[in-house]
Amino acid sequence: MNSTGTAVLASAQPPRKLWLDHVQEWLTTVDHKRIGLMYIGYALIFLVVAGVEALLMRIQLSAPDNHFLSPEVFNCMFTMHGTTMVFFVGMPILFGFGNYLVPLMIGARDMAFPRLNAFSFWISAFGGLLLYFSFLGGSGLYGAGSAPDVGWFAYAPLTAKLFSPGHSTDYWTLSILLSGIGSVGTALNLIVTIFTMRCKGMTMTRLPLLCWLYVVTSWLTFLALGPLTAAQIMLCLDRFAGSHFFDVQAGGSAVLWMHFFWIFGHPEVYILVLPAFAFANEIIPVFSRKPIFGYPAMVAASVLIGFISLGVWAHHMFTVGLGPEGNAFFTLATMIVSVPTGIKIFNWLATIWGGKIRFATPMLFSIGFLFQFLIAGLTGIMLSVAPFDWQLGNSYFVVAHFHYVLVGAILYMIFAAFYYWYPKMFGRMLSEKLGKWHFWLFTFGFHLTFDTMHIPGLLGMPRRVFTYPADRGWAMLNQIETVGGFIQAIALLLFVWNMIQSYRTGKEAGPDPWDAWTLEWATSSPPPHYNFAVDPVVHSRRPLWDRKHPESPDTHYE
Amino acid sequence: MSLVSLESASAASAGISSSLTQLRSLAAWASGAPANIFAPQATPAHTIFGLSLLVIAIVTAIFLAVGGLLLYALIRFRSRPGDDAAEPRQIYGSNQVEVLWTVIPVLILVVLFLATIRVISETERARKPANALDVIVLGHQFWWEYRYPKQGFVTANELHIPVSDPKAPRPTYLTMSSVDVDHSFWVPRLAGKMDLIPNKTNVMWLDPQTSGLYLGQCAQYCGMEHAKMLIRVYVDTPEQFAAWVEAQQQPAVNDPRVAAGKEIFLHTACVNCHTVRGTSAHGVFGPDLTHLASRDTIASGVVKNTPANLRQWIEDPDSLKMGSLMPKMNLSPHDLDQITAYMESLR
Ligand code: HEC
Ligand code: HEM
Ligand SMILES: [Cu+2]
Ligand SMILES: [Cu+2]
Repeated sequence: MNSTGTAVLASAQPPRKLWLDHVQEWLTTVDHKRIGLMYIGYALIFLVVAGVEALLMRIQLSAPDNHFLSPEVFNCMFTMHGTTMVFFVGMPILFGFGNYLVPLMIGARDMAFPRLNAFSFWISAFGGLLLYFSFLGGSGLYGAGSAPDVGWFAYAPLTAKLFSPGHSTDYWTLSILLSGIGSVGTALNLIVTIFTMRCKGMTMTRLPLLCWLYVVTSWLTFLALGPLTAAQIMLCLDRFAGSHFFDVQAGGSAVLWMHFFWIFGHPEVYILVLPAFAFANEIIPVFSRKPIFGYPAMVAASVLIGFISLGVWAHHMFTVGLGPEGNAFFTLATMIVSVPTGIKIFNWLATIWGGKIRFATPMLFSIGFLFQFLIAGLTGIMLSVAPFDWQLGNSYFVVAHFHYVLVGAILYMIFAAFYYWYPKMFGRMLSEKLGKWHFWLFTFGFHLTFDTMHIPGLLGMPRRVFTYPADRGWAMLNQIETVGGFIQAIALLLFVWNMIQSYRTGKEAGPDPWDAWTLEWATSSPPPHYNFAVDPVVHSRRPLWDRKHPESPDTHYE
Repeated sequence: MSLVSLESASAASAGISSSLTQLRSLAAWASGAPANIFAPQATPAHTIFGLSLLVIAIVTAIFLAVGGLLLYALIRFRSRPGDDAAEPRQIYGSNQVEVLWTVIPVLILVVLFLATIRVISETERARKPANALDVIVLGHQFWWEYRYPKQGFVTANELHIPVSDPKAPRPTYLTMSSVDVDHSFWVPRLAGKMDLIPNKTNVMWLDPQTSGLYLGQCAQYCGMEHAKMLIRVYVDTPEQFAAWVEAQQQPAVNDPRVAAGKEIFLHTACVNCHTVRGTSAHGVFGPDLTHLASRDTIASGVVKNTPANLRQWIEDPDSLKMGSLMPKMNLSPHDLDQITAYMESLR
């Protein structure tokens, strides 16, 4: 932490640095901003990789009985795509933003444990590399499939040595185990940072909502990663030491794995979506020119979502034969979680209400988020009705539902966050013109793909099929989905181009380009190593509003 | 047996039951879709259909209300070019409205939950009538084994069950498990899906009201050929069904014209994996072939059961279903012809 001071002195008179010096600086950095950016860069690379995997699958599915990919390769593709997107895109990008923003927003100079922070990043990064190394090393001695092909939830006993010879499944297990260690480290770091390092005057009730949501997400990470890690260790023992936890041939239980996995898996989806809520909580008020509506209700709803989401996991198992009592219980629990989720949507709506909305690119993506998350929540309610899920579960309807959440809500808010905070990170604005192209093209592609995708599910198309017969009436719909996929890919390229181009030629941002209210905008863009020359002192939730409007500061109303 | 009629199912969706027929005809556009969940033909699927209409009506109403408000707010409160620079009025919240939009959703969910538990119990607690047909369904990578314990025979990949007249119902009860990995039995027009899990038995029932062929497929990823683990359910009239059972109970046809093929079959590895009742072939790893020629398709519905396809299958299963667990056996063209002819004789 106190190394920042000396770093400042050293950079006061910069000697010419070799590129190797830069590399060394990044490799050994413990600065939360650099680690944050590395998380984000790393996630973006994997986003492109997993995106290519998705396109390959979409090409294969664009026509019935297609031979573009063999079943072997297709099965590797959906496994790698899902695993990568959840563990090596979603988690790192959200932790990256958390790392970058949380200390700035609470007026701190770094995270509580900078070295743990670097360790967490590197071990997660190593996990991702290990997963992809399976393309080379996965065949083991048996020459079996070269990458994991068991699906991202890797149901037993498909993962047993008998059904999955070679080492591809071992790579999968170990890479998730490692990235989980990194996630727990970062979660711990965020919690301690937020609880102990807030600047003077920032009580928990004045904490920016973004930080509140990172508290909840971090606690969920903490609780959910335990069962996942335990399950991975048991699976390793099964595969290497001859134990029989999931070995059905020796009396083990396939259902046990499902419980372990989904006790992690459902909270995991909230671990991913809460940071998206966090971004929305910052961006929507600034572009509506109003404070967030119902701050205490928003905090309460977030904490409630955290708690309830720990008790709904078996809605992923409605077709496993839980019995009527189990099905009824998990239907009820799942329905209850949608109440605090609804509260959030209503509060965002009320924040917009009566404002003066500026449709800059960050706000456009946030608006996309609001509509799409609304729809995703409603298809979620359809799925929570156990008997309806007996039809919809494991069909393309579910795939459409969770992509609405993961892409339509989470990725949209990640895009919004990029357009909003990129000026802070690099001192230059992203091009608004390219940004609007990106938004409209991506939105068009998204709806073409994922609105359409609900229908084959209703017409009986199960997920994870490498091909399908022509007589089922799914062909046309799948073709449309593929076209939409390519449109989204083009939009994503525009976004990447925008980031590269604006880094050199973007408009100078200045410290506070959006006329915003939280502390990160009180320092220069990009912020210096030490973040704030003078430790800030705050008196309300919107310190910069108070400064800009001394005639009616928030302190009078909170 | 509380076989719920369509009427009582739609009673759960009170108020919208009148639009039921309309929606049904709307669903008919998808008549080119043989696995449409909105074209139910048996009570479990009907009941779910009724409930799903209620659910869809509710979520659509919520979408229109909330989405409409959102759209209105975005248009009404947009900043306009000529606006002054002043900030809008700062509003921090209101406890009354927070309570309002907590309580209303709770009330909606109570309704939804009550409708749901009713359907759960109607489906999962239905009393089994004495005349019900029992079939044991075993999932294999990547085909289905069907055992008829009371009738005393085993078959594969094409399930035959009797039509169940609503006035004198005769449902079929499927007792399901798996010999290897997880699978899931899903025939959308008849019922929701149910998983087949090793070391666990699950039960589901069907009472199709119209005879005909119903399609579905495995709905739990089970390995390389999960996509080609198709399901065919033949719903027969009582007479057809009785005749079919009668035929299946017979041992394999012993046709002297294909004796040479039979000889080769019995002296090839085939017998380690396949059973042909009435011969020395007792393998259980692959499908029972006793009445193979009575089936319309081979390899769990992947191709039509024609002599050419059959020959190709025996020559090289991977060419039709890559990754199936039947090996290529490098038979000579002569042996292939003979075995195919023998297989063709197994009516
Ligand atoms: C190692 C075990 C094994 C051997 C040996 C074997 N089969 Fe098979 N056979 C299978 C399996 C497994 C299937 C199911 C494949 C699938 O649908 O995925 C099958 C399917 C079939 C089918 C299609 C059955 C149906 O109902 O669709 C035929 C016909 C068949 N085998 C014939 C033969 C003949 C003839 C031989 C010997 C030349 C033979 N098999 C050898 C395992 C075997
Ligand atoms: C209103 C809130 C939500 C409800 C009621 C809900 C409900 C459900 C249900 C019942 C399922 C199980 C379907 C099945 O597999 O048969 C499901 C699946 C899924 N949901 Fe949601 N969901 C909600 C929000 C989310 C969020 C926030 C995310 C992600 C951030 C998400 C991601 C997923 C994923 C990934 C799956 C599929 C898991 C799989 O592979 O089986 N959902 N959802
Ligand atoms: Cu869930
Ligand atoms: Cu299967």
